[in-house]
Amino acid sequence: MADLVKKATRESYGEALAELGDKYENLYVLDADLAGATKTGIFKKKFPDRHIDCGIAEANMMGIAAGLSTTGKIPFASSFAMFAAGRAYEIVRNSIGYPHLNVKIGATHAGISVGEDGASHQCNEDIALMRTIPGMTVINPADDVEARAAVEAAILHDGPVYIRFGRLAVPIFHDKTTYKFEIGKGEQLTDGSDVTIIATGLMVYEAIKAAEELKNDGISARVINIHTIKPLDKELVVKAAKETGLIVTAEEHSIIGGLGSAVCDAVCEECPVKVVKIGVNDVFGHSGPAADLLKEFGLCSENIVATVKKALAEK
Amino acid sequence: MDELLKKQLQITACKVRMGIIEGVYNAKSGHPGGSLSIADTLTYLYFAKMNVYPDNPKLPERDRFVLSKGHTAPALYSVLANRGFFPVDELKTLRHIGARLQGHPDMKHIPGVDMSTGSLGQGISAACGMALSAKLSSDTYKVYAILGDGEIEEGQVWEAAMFAAHNKLDNLVAVVDNNGLQIDGKISDVCSPYPITDKFAAFGWHVITMDAHDFDSIEKAFNEAETVVNQPVVIVQTSTKGKGVSFMENQVSWHGTAPNAEQYEQAMSELRAQLAELEAN
Repeated sequence: MADLVKKATRESYGEALAELGDKYENLYVLDADLAGATKTGIFKKKFPDRHIDCGIAEANMMGIAAGLSTTGKIPFASSFAMFAAGRAYEIVRNSIGYPHLNVKIGATHAGISVGEDGASHQCNEDIALMRTIPGMTVINPADDVEARAAVEAAILHDGPVYIRFGRLAVPIFHDKTTYKFEIGKGEQLTDGSDVTIIATGLMVYEAIKAAEELKNDGISARVINIHTIKPLDKELVVKAAKETGLIVTAEEHSIIGGLGSAVCDAVCEECPVKVVKIGVNDVFGHSGPAADLLKEFGLCSENIVATVKKALAEK
Repeated sequence: MDELLKKQLQITACKVRMGIIEGVYNAKSGHPGGSLSIADTLTYLYFAKMNVYPDNPKLPERDRFVLSKGHTAPALYSVLANRGFFPVDELKTLRHIGARLQGHPDMKHIPGVDMSTGSLGQGISAACGMALSAKLSSDTYKVYAILGDGEIEEGQVWEAAMFAAHNKLDNLVAVVDNNGLQIDGKISDVCSPYPITDKFAAFGWHVITMDAHDFDSIEKAFNEAETVVNQPVVIVQTSTKGKGVSFMENQVSWHGTAPNAEQYEQAMSELRAQLAELEAN
């Protein structure tokens, strides 16, 4: 594959907010002393009067966002996934989710690719937490193009949205001139008949690479990008289950409660097929370079290929 | 305070208390003690202070109220009903299946409720967000919130306190209902938040104290609050938990217990007597 330009989706997030700030005058951005890291500092520089730094107080930040939204403003509350979804979970649930307020949560530094900061900051549980909240939309973009599109889609969506962004630069494989993003609609990237690889976030590109390698070995793998984990595109997932009879999910998240679980929920009701989950296997991460950690934890195309082959052999 | 207005407020507050007892009795659960302790303050706010529009509850220019101590919803519902947001008779549906009047305030379904609350410590943050929004857009509405004295044991309250002072939210008035009791006992025994006034002052708030059951004191406090600039205001009110129902006053056991039929009759008969006395003079 040709070398693709890489960019961290957190950068896409900050740039998209700054771009969209002109178009949407009721867009406000909140931070908890991490504007530099979440890249919302880009928005702050352009719209200082519409950026509110709440200090290191994520619980209060979510409440401030809730209050702002009741007056018609559209706040993006930004922090690391660990603190946005983890520390502030109950405020998100009760002050934002329960009244179904129009608050957007931009959670950066999700997953193990946080790298050197280690387990305390590697949130592999945020998708699980957020998707349990009724009415919460949960989006995990795969690259720069999708991340930008997701930010605008979240603005246009009436209701709470959680968007997950990464720290690590990842290949931009979508074509921004043609890409269409719709909340709740999965994207089938390749057709295939032997197995379906359903991936989200930075694992989507790994799935594409895995499918190419599998093709060389005569295995026809369908690749589906699920950027919206909730509401899940059940139709696309069930269709894949029916047509390929085997699903491998891939996510930079715990195997408990994330994409894999959402896919299992869908297929077990409508078309039970074997689902093998690739993710963080109910363990904490540790410090190290992100690329090395992804390999170590099996969040790479090589592991997808091996997992698919093993599952096919057992089929 | 004007004597006529005071009499009217006292009469209304008595009706609000009757609505609280009616609601909690019919629900067979709920929180009468802390509802009764804020009945006078809520009555003053909704009948003498805030710009509210019962026929158009979501009018953007309205003043906002957030009941951060959301478990005392019976008081908020009673004052809203008496103010005309929904029928007083609906108070009897409190906590019933299919009713709008949820156990804790629900902004999605109950006319006049500006924020869903119930999980302690969260309402004050939302109130700060509303006040900040007014500042950002040069709107003139004010935001009022009531917190429990036990509630301020929640850390989020102090995150919000820091935020409000930092952002000079002088359009925000928070009331701390200092009735001295929380579920497990006296707040000074459980995990003391005292000294409350000094803590808020140290966080940069303008601090006022008032007697929660004296309308002259209440009016004076809220009038002073209006003169403050560049600082959020906290009114620490000294109140009596269970105020107005003799056997509930200062009894922690009435924090979250509903009266039985006999107790209901006694409470209502006491309140009816208070009302009759007020109306006779």
